[in-house]
Amino acid sequence: MKNRKHSLTKRVKEIAIRNLFGFFAFLSVLLLGLILVFLFREGIPLFKQISVADFLFGTAWYPTYEPPEYGIWPLIVGSLAVTFFACLIAVPLGILSAVYIAEIAPAGIKEILKSIIELLAGLPSVVLGFFGMVIVGPWLQETFDLPTGLNIVNAAVMLAIMAIPTISSISEDALYAVPREFKEASYALGATRYETIIRVIIPAALSGISTAVILGMARAIGETMVVLMVAGGAAAIPESIFDAVRPMTASIAAEMGEAPFRSGHYHALFATGIVLFMITLAFNLIADYISNRFRETGSGTL
Amino acid sequence: MNGKTFESSMRSRYFKQRLFFGAVRLSALLITLALLGILAYILANGFRAITWEFLTQPPTDSMTKGGIMPAIVGTFYLTVGAILVALPLGVVSAIFLTEYAKQGALSRIIRVGVNCLAGVPSVVFGLFGLGFFVVFLKFGSCILAGALTLGILILPTIIGAAEEAIKAVPQTFREASLALGVSKWDTIFRIVLPSALPGILTGAILGVGRAAGETAPIMFTAAAFFTAVLPKSIFDEVMALPYHIYVLATAGTHIEETRPLQYGTVLVLIALVLGIDLIAIIMRSMIRRNKRW
Repeated sequence: MKNRKHSLTKRVKEIAIRNLFGFFAFLSVLLLGLILVFLFREGIPLFKQISVADFLFGTAWYPTYEPPEYGIWPLIVGSLAVTFFACLIAVPLGILSAVYIAEIAPAGIKEILKSIIELLAGLPSVVLGFFGMVIVGPWLQETFDLPTGLNIVNAAVMLAIMAIPTISSISEDALYAVPREFKEASYALGATRYETIIRVIIPAALSGISTAVILGMARAIGETMVVLMVAGGAAAIPESIFDAVRPMTASIAAEMGEAPFRSGHYHALFATGIVLFMITLAFNLIADYISNRFRETGSGTL
Repeated sequence: MNGKTFESSMRSRYFKQRLFFGAVRLSALLITLALLGILAYILANGFRAITWEFLTQPPTDSMTKGGIMPAIVGTFYLTVGAILVALPLGVVSAIFLTEYAKQGALSRIIRVGVNCLAGVPSVVFGLFGLGFFVVFLKFGSCILAGALTLGILILPTIIGAAEEAIKAVPQTFREASLALGVSKWDTIFRIVLPSALPGILTGAILGVGRAAGETAPIMFTAAAFFTAVLPKSIFDEVMALPYHIYVLATAGTHIEETRPLQYGTVLVLIALVLGIDLIAIIMRSMIRRNKRW
C-alpha cells in the first residue's frame, strides 16, 4: 500500500515536471508573440496619423520636419538594395566554400576552415561596421572618385561577410546529408568529381542550400550596426550602387535615441520594426517550410 | 567512339573540373583572407592603444582620452546577466524537446518558434526591450533590461546547442537507467545531463560571445553614452564595449582624434569575443576526441 502511494506521488511529480518543462519550452513561442504585441502596441498609434499605404509606399522620410512625413519606401528600398548586392557576393562564396569543406578539402584544412568560418560568424557587427568605415569607405572613395565611400557597395561587402558563415555552414550540413550511395553511383557511371558534385550532390542538397540562402538573406536584411555605420544614411531612393542609403534597421537604430517618447516619430520607428519583423519572419517560415518539406530526400526515397 | 575524341572529351571534362576546383579553393581562400585581413589590421592599429591605464581607467576629457574600464565592466555585467537568463531557460527547453516531446504538434510549434526567434533582427529585440522592459515594466534603461533583452536574443543559440548535446548522449544510457527502475526525471537529471554538460557549456560559451558583441539590442535598453562611475545596482545604466565603439566612431567632433582609442576598443572587444569563441571551439573538439562512447 505504501509502495503504491509512493509510486503515485512519483507519477504526479513526473507529470508536473513534464508540464513545467513544456511551459518553459513554450516560452520561446510566447516571447515571439510578446515581441509582436509590444511592437504593435508602440507602432500602431502611428496609423491614426497616416494610412498604412502612405507609410509603406510614401517616398519621403522626414520624421523631424513640420509637418513630418513618414514614408518608409526609401528605407525599404535601401534594405533590399544592400541585401541584394550582399547576396550577390555571399551566395557564391558561401556555397562554394561549403562545397570545398564538404567534398574537396583534406581533413586538416577542413577543420581549420570550419573554425575560420565560425570565428567570422562571431565577429561583432560593430567591428565590421568600423572596418567598413575606416578601410573600405576611404578606399572606395579614392578608387572610384566618389563623394562618399559610405554607400551600397560598402554595406554590401560588409554584410556579405556577415552572411557567408550562415550560408556556408547550413549548406555544408546539407551537402553532408546527401547519401554516400548517390556519390558512389555517380562515380561508378564514370562521372568525374566535378560532374558528381554539380549534377548529383548539389541537386540532392538543393533544399538545404536554398534554406541556407534564405536564412543568409534574412540575416543580411536584419543586420543593423553594419548598415548604420557604412550605408551612408541618406533616406532617398538610390540611383546607383555608389549612392548612400538608409536601410530600415539603420533608421531605427539611429533615430530612436532622439525621437521624443511616444511622438509620431517614435511610433513610426516601431512601425518600421513591425515591417522588419514581418519580413524576417516570412523568410524564416519559408526556410522552415522548405527544410521540412524536402527533408525526406535520401536513399529511402529513391 | 574512336580514341582521339574520347581523349579530348576527357580532357575537357577534367579541364572543367580544374576550373571548378580552382573557383572553390579561391572562395575558401577569400573567406580566410577576409578574416585574417580584418584581424591583422585591427591588431596592427590597436595594440599601441592597449596599456594598463587604457584597461583600468574611465574615459576622460569628454571621451577623447583615458580608458575604457566602465565599458568593460558594463559588458561583463550585461553578458553575465544574459547567460543567467538564457542558460536555465535554454537547457529546460532543450530537455523538453529532446526527452519529453520528441515528435508531435507541440514540439513542432516550439521548434518553429525557436527558429523564428533566432531570425528576429537584433534591432527588433532592442525595440522589444524598449517597449516591454524599459517602458511597460518601467525598468528604465538599465542593466536588467539590457541583460533580459540579450538573454532572449541568445536563447535560440543555447537551445540549439543544448539540444545537440543532449541528443548526443547514447540511448543505451537512458535505457540502462530506466531498466534499473530509476524514474525518468532522475534519469535525465543524473545520467543524461551530466553526460551532456560539456556540450551544453560549449553552447553557453558561444552564447556569451554572441551577447558580448551585440550593439543594437542594448542601444535603447541599457547602454549609456558615458558614465564615469561603475554601476551600483542592476537598475543603473552602463557603458558597453560595442556601443562605445559606435559612439566614438560616429558621434561627436573628435572622430579622427580618437581613432587610437577606437582601434584599442575594437581590439579589446575582438579579443574578448573571439577568445571566448575559440575556447568554445577548442572545448568542443576536445569533447569529440575524448568521447568515451
